[in-house]
Amino acid sequence: MMTALGPHASFIVVAYIATVIVILALTIWIARDYAVQRHTLSDLESRGIKRRSQREDKI
Amino acid sequence: MALIDLANPTRFLALANRVLPWLAAVTAIVFAYGLYRVAYAPDDYQQGATVKIMFLHVPSAWLAMMGWGLMTVAALGTLVWRHPLADVAVKAAAPIGAAFTFICLVTGSLWGRPMWGTYWVWDARLTSVLVLFLLYLGMLALYWTADDPNRAARAAAILALVGAVNIPIIKFSVDWWNTLHQPASVVRMDGPAIDSSILVPLLVMAVAFTLLFFTLHIAAMRNEILRRRIRSMRMMQAANA
Repeated sequence: MMTALGPHASFIVVAYIATVIVILALTIWIARDYAVQRHTLSDLESRGIKRRSQREDKI
Repeated sequence: MALIDLANPTRFLALANRVLPWLAAVTAIVFAYGLYRVAYAPDDYQQGATVKIMFLHVPSAWLAMMGWGLMTVAALGTLVWRHPLADVAVKAAAPIGAAFTFICLVTGSLWGRPMWGTYWVWDARLTSVLVLFLLYLGMLALYWTADDPNRAARAAAILALVGAVNIPIIKFSVDWWNTLHQPASVVRMDGPAIDSSILVPLLVMAVAFTLLFFTLHIAAMRNEILRRRIRSMRMMQAANA
């Protein structure tokens, strides 16, 4: 059965909120970074710019 | 596919794209189950409900050390085999390890205030974990300020190896010195000192946090590989301009 958080409830609640904030911030930062990298990569590819390994494939 | 085949950025990207959705789903399910077990875990007979902070503090402390351990192994890959994915792994792990170390410090402080009567004390365990956090920040600063990625990789690998000395200090600090922090209560020679009603939720949360670490690490490695491809393409563009 779920127990009450007792006289130190505020410390417990703040600990959980702080953890959620840090994990959410990290997850959003990594997800946004992925979106930025994908967008930049597709932009470069649409302008016909290729990596060295892609150029060598055509030779 | 052999394990060594994955040490190729293109193959790693293909695998990461396939694995990440499943890994994220499993992480969410284990977290949901872990939080359910935490909600119904009994209070500690001495610490009362504040023991619920342990379900965040202990897994994040383990991951803070595991993150640096992972970086140390990857650093050997950079220095010995000069493999590009090894440096990608080090760079991707640094912010994640720093975040878990920060969670460990904050939750430890919030647990310490009602139990010890203070948020902070300069004892060996707390100080060595703070040093680990500063090492993570140093690693991030090194990557963010370096102009040459190759030199940054070598310097980061050396920092990872030097910083690894701190990991056994953290682990054994409670045995070597007289500290306010309690001694190990899970990983002990004579078995865990925690009742199974609290130990099981703790282990489930540890698995959930570990899955989260690897999900974020693989995602961050994918980002870093793409970033290096973009850099390579821009250099090719500049060379041909």
